[in-house]
Amino acid sequence: MACEQWRGKLDSYVDGELAPAEATALATHLRGCVECAADALGRVQMKRSVQMAGKRYAANAELRSRITKSITAKPRRGSSWYWKILAFPALSVLILSVAVDLYVGRETARRQRVYSELADLHVAALASSAPVDVVSTDRHTVKPWFQGKIPFTFNLPELQGSEFTLLGGRVTYLAQTPGAHLIYQLRKHEISVFIFQDRGQETASLGWGPLHALSFNVENWKQNGLRYFVVGDVGAEDIEALSKLLRDAG
Amino acid sequence: MPLFDQLYNFARWLTKDTAEAEDLVQETYTKALRGFSSFQAGTNFRAWIYRILRNSFLSSRTGLRATVALDEDEARLLPAESTTPESILIEQASRETVQQALADLPVRFREILLLCEVEEMSYQEIAETLAIPLGTVMSRLFRARKALRDLLRQNSEGGQHGV
Repeated sequence: MACEQWRGKLDSYVDGELAPAEATALATHLRGCVECAADALGRVQMKRSVQMAGKRYAANAELRSRITKSITAKPRRGSSWYWKILAFPALSVLILSVAVDLYVGRETARRQRVYSELADLHVAALASSAPVDVVSTDRHTVKPWFQGKIPFTFNLPELQGSEFTLLGGRVTYLAQTPGAHLIYQLRKHEISVFIFQDRGQETASLGWGPLHALSFNVENWKQNGLRYFVVGDVGAEDIEALSKLLRDAG
Repeated sequence: MPLFDQLYNFARWLTKDTAEAEDLVQETYTKALRGFSSFQAGTNFRAWIYRILRNSFLSSRTGLRATVALDEDEARLLPAESTTPESILIEQASRETVQQALADLPVRFREILLLCEVEEMSYQEIAETLAIPLGTVMSRLFRARKALRDLLRQNSEGGQHGV
């Protein structure tokens, strides 16, 4: 191979990029060719001088520490960013679901406690020899009877035209709070209506709506600062009918 | 931090400015860290991080300015005729002279020489860093070396005239 052809490969040779066989062949050529050897030497010198000249700038320690600080802070910031994006909603959902479970659990327990107490009151009153202290079918008699006995007043519905009959009323207590206990009758079934001020810890913000508790149907709602409970062993639709009458009157 | 000193040196050569070089290195590490997921295992880490630095530089204002005149420079320095390397010329050239010549080179010649000689990258690594084909690495390296020799000769002749 002529020198001209070899010279085209000298750069690759000094850069160590020639294939082994070719490199060996070129090395052989260089041992016998002064001109090419001088050329190769010049290129090696050039490489060395560029290498030396090129290693020129050293970063100061301050830059190193600044960048180290920024990139060791970055992942944390980055991960906290991811944390917010990914983990936060997940965490929120977890916290919320736990909170909801707790709340629902507590709420259910509270309702159960209240309802079973009301059911007890209802049963106890009916089992008593004197279920009511004021015996009257007249709401205008029953309502004033409570005056001075309980710290609030309420309205009772006109029952004319309905199947319900008012039997009477008594003072009762729920969670140390006095209230009115009215007993209505529907086709031989007694239904208790409890009215309390809606500020007792037990009854305050109690979930409302019908509930089937302890084989009794219970309806409860809040109206004008009063908490109404309707408890009875009649069907839910009868409980709802009486509730509607009470709501309309209240 | 891997390759810190080398990256700073390279950045400083590209930007020719201390503050810009510092910013560039910082930007490189930040981007590298952020984009580490895009780094594929088995590929060349060095080429990857140099590529980040170089791309950041090229998109900077200084980088854009430096590359505008490139086509003209390459055209001016072509065709690359085979010249006998002046061993004596190189030998005599002081470190400062070579540094000045390197600084005077168009950025594309400067960077490829630095990657090849200072970083001692293989042609393959250079190809990955500059995102150019292997053949282009070889031809550009050849032109860069010739351009450097020409500059050194000019400076040497200029110096002799001056004396």
